[in-house]
Amino acid sequence: MSEKIKTLWRLVRRLSGDDAYEQYLKNYARHHQADAFHESHPPLSKAAFFKQWQDEKWNGIKRCC
Amino acid sequence: MNKLLKNAIWVLLVILGASAVGGIAFNRGEKINALWFITAALCVYAIAYRFYAAWIAATVLIVDDTRATPAERLDNDRDFVPTNRWIVFGHHFAAIAGPGPLVGPTLAAQFGYLPGTLWILFGAVLGGCVQDMVTLFLSTRRDAKSLGQMARDELGALGGTAALIGTFAIMIILIAVLGLVVVNAMKHSPWATFTVSATIPIAMIVGVYMRHFRPGQVLEGSLIGVILLLLSVAGGRFIDEHETLRILFDHEGLTLAWWVMAYGFAAAILPVWLLLAPRDYLSTYMKLGTITLLAVAIIMLQPDVKMPAITQFIDGTGPIFGGKLFPFVFITIACGAISGFHALIASGTTPKLLSNERDIRMIGYGGMLLESFVAIMAMIAATVLDPGVFFAINSPAGVVGADAVDAVAKISSWGYPVSIEQMQNLARQMGEATLFARTGGAPSLAVGMASIFGSAFGEGMLSLWYHFAIMFEAIFILTTLDAGTRVGRFMMQDMLGNIWPKMGETSWMPSVILTSAVVVSGWGYFLYIGVIDPNGGVNILWPLFGIANQMLAAIALCVATGILIKSGKLKYAWVTGLPLAWLVTITSTAAWQKITSDDIRIGFFSAANDLTDKLATGVLPQAKAGIAPQLIFNLHLDAWLTLFFVSLLWLIVFDMLRVCFLYLSGKPVLPLTESPHSPSRLVEDWVRD
Repeated sequence: MSEKIKTLWRLVRRLSGDDAYEQYLKNYARHHQADAFHESHPPLSKAAFFKQWQDEKWNGIKRCC
Repeated sequence: MNKLLKNAIWVLLVILGASAVGGIAFNRGEKINALWFITAALCVYAIAYRFYAAWIAATVLIVDDTRATPAERLDNDRDFVPTNRWIVFGHHFAAIAGPGPLVGPTLAAQFGYLPGTLWILFGAVLGGCVQDMVTLFLSTRRDAKSLGQMARDELGALGGTAALIGTFAIMIILIAVLGLVVVNAMKHSPWATFTVSATIPIAMIVGVYMRHFRPGQVLEGSLIGVILLLLSVAGGRFIDEHETLRILFDHEGLTLAWWVMAYGFAAAILPVWLLLAPRDYLSTYMKLGTITLLAVAIIMLQPDVKMPAITQFIDGTGPIFGGKLFPFVFITIACGAISGFHALIASGTTPKLLSNERDIRMIGYGGMLLESFVAIMAMIAATVLDPGVFFAINSPAGVVGADAVDAVAKISSWGYPVSIEQMQNLARQMGEATLFARTGGAPSLAVGMASIFGSAFGEGMLSLWYHFAIMFEAIFILTTLDAGTRVGRFMMQDMLGNIWPKMGETSWMPSVILTSAVVVSGWGYFLYIGVIDPNGGVNILWPLFGIANQMLAAIALCVATGILIKSGKLKYAWVTGLPLAWLVTITSTAAWQKITSDDIRIGFFSAANDLTDKLATGVLPQAKAGIAPQLIFNLHLDAWLTLFFVSLLWLIVFDMLRVCFLYLSGKPVLPLTESPHSPSRLVEDWVRD
């Protein structure tokens, strides 16, 4: 039961974008593993990432009738 | 054995579905239980999804789960991101479901419950869902290109331009008609006006919270917003009962219309994080929450539908909008059955998240099924009202008379008895001064929802439920208004940028202000006319919106049919070809009638001529004579606009047929632009869920 609630909570967080930054860090780590270049390009800060994420999300037709 | 059991369950479902649909269709008694509607809908959806959608995916489209999707191939951690299918489904549904499926069925209920319900069910499974799913598939195979781009690449420049113009036109008319729905809900209602205005500062508080106070804490911010919204619903009662404060929020429709325009302009130039994004969070939660609550309440309460199956208004004399059952029920209910707008989300946006082609059926077809279900619930909420009450709320003063005595006499004479006391009681229960002539669908839906919620969760709070329902509709109508104005602004900047590149810079303030002003004056004009029109405006604007939306759907289906034929799948072209033929038929018939009909409630030109004659002979009352020239100009404009839409539609259809003919006779056509197959490397666990 508690496992189900946890899954649901993860789903809510993912859908709302609440965990978007955590996902970004995870992907960043994976994509940049074999790449020494990332030393000079550290991941964005949470505030900077959120800014970019939000602006991008609203670029274009995102809502319908 | 297992297979036998499965087959037996499907056979049972078919029998249950057929009897539910039959029960709804052939019931001619006093009333019918709403549970029949839910049963019929769920069975039809399940069968269509299991068999038709699966067949289209496997045989017509041939989805390939070993093929890498654009999200995988072009993964950039930003817009292209392979995502868990349930998450994509959630995003897709939140994007496609707006106020449309709530308003259309409510208006179409003037024909009785049956025509609208059947069109919502069968239009969705054979038309709307197919359109969404096929468009999603085609865009996924083409690097998540937009509908306009696909039309240009596969059919030619004409299709692309038509899609662009169609989108812009729909946007303008959609915003105007939705603005009108909100204005009619707030007119002389301090409570509703306060609650709706309060959503603006609340969204801003949430926006600042998420951007600066606790960056990225989306759920925290949204929770605060939802609590504030509920408080604003309750606070409205205090305003309503306060003698001086209530005057501040008690306005004429026209004043409110100017405010809505000012709001739309401000929202288009303010940064997204301050108003649009936080408002969207709030409206998404409200939408999902309220729709779930409504479904639970209908199942718990099992209300009786009191509207007859079919009313006499199928002959075209309906009070809410003029026009016969065919073709106007199909124009009135666009969203919920088939909505061209969805093709814009299904191409371009959703494919960038899709991790496997296998999920196209669930997201494209399934997402639209859920929207269709929302439309069914709106139909139930509208038809559980006494028909007399339904018509009293929705009939504009220009049809039944501005005086309550005249209105009830007229409505009762149609065979739907209603009394002044009944309406006054209802208005008092809902915390409103009057509920007469609240055309537009929102108030009658709110009364319907309030009575369902009230009976299920507490009778004493009817007025709270009513204003909750109004707030719920208003908040995502305003989201569509913000988002639409902004998209209109971007499209316009894009077009002007071709002439003068500086205008194309989306952050150059003079360009932002100019293009926003142009877009707002575009829809503001139609909103203004809609408000001053004594026949309610909805009568004119909603069919125009329906025609524009169905035209966009026809463009999407043209692209789909053209590509199917070019891919050598002529024998399956009917899958999109038949819905296309149907749409072309209803759109053209509706447009033809709107232009040429002699009935002044249908034909734009005949209404204009009638008004001109009356103005010349001086039979119009003073107030109406003053606005008559504007109304006449508007009727002419609407007629030309309709003609333009339908000509555009036929141009695209002929263009598609030309391409198909060339292909079939072996002549050269534009090549298919499908991106080459590259094997998927994503294993299920790798998908970011």
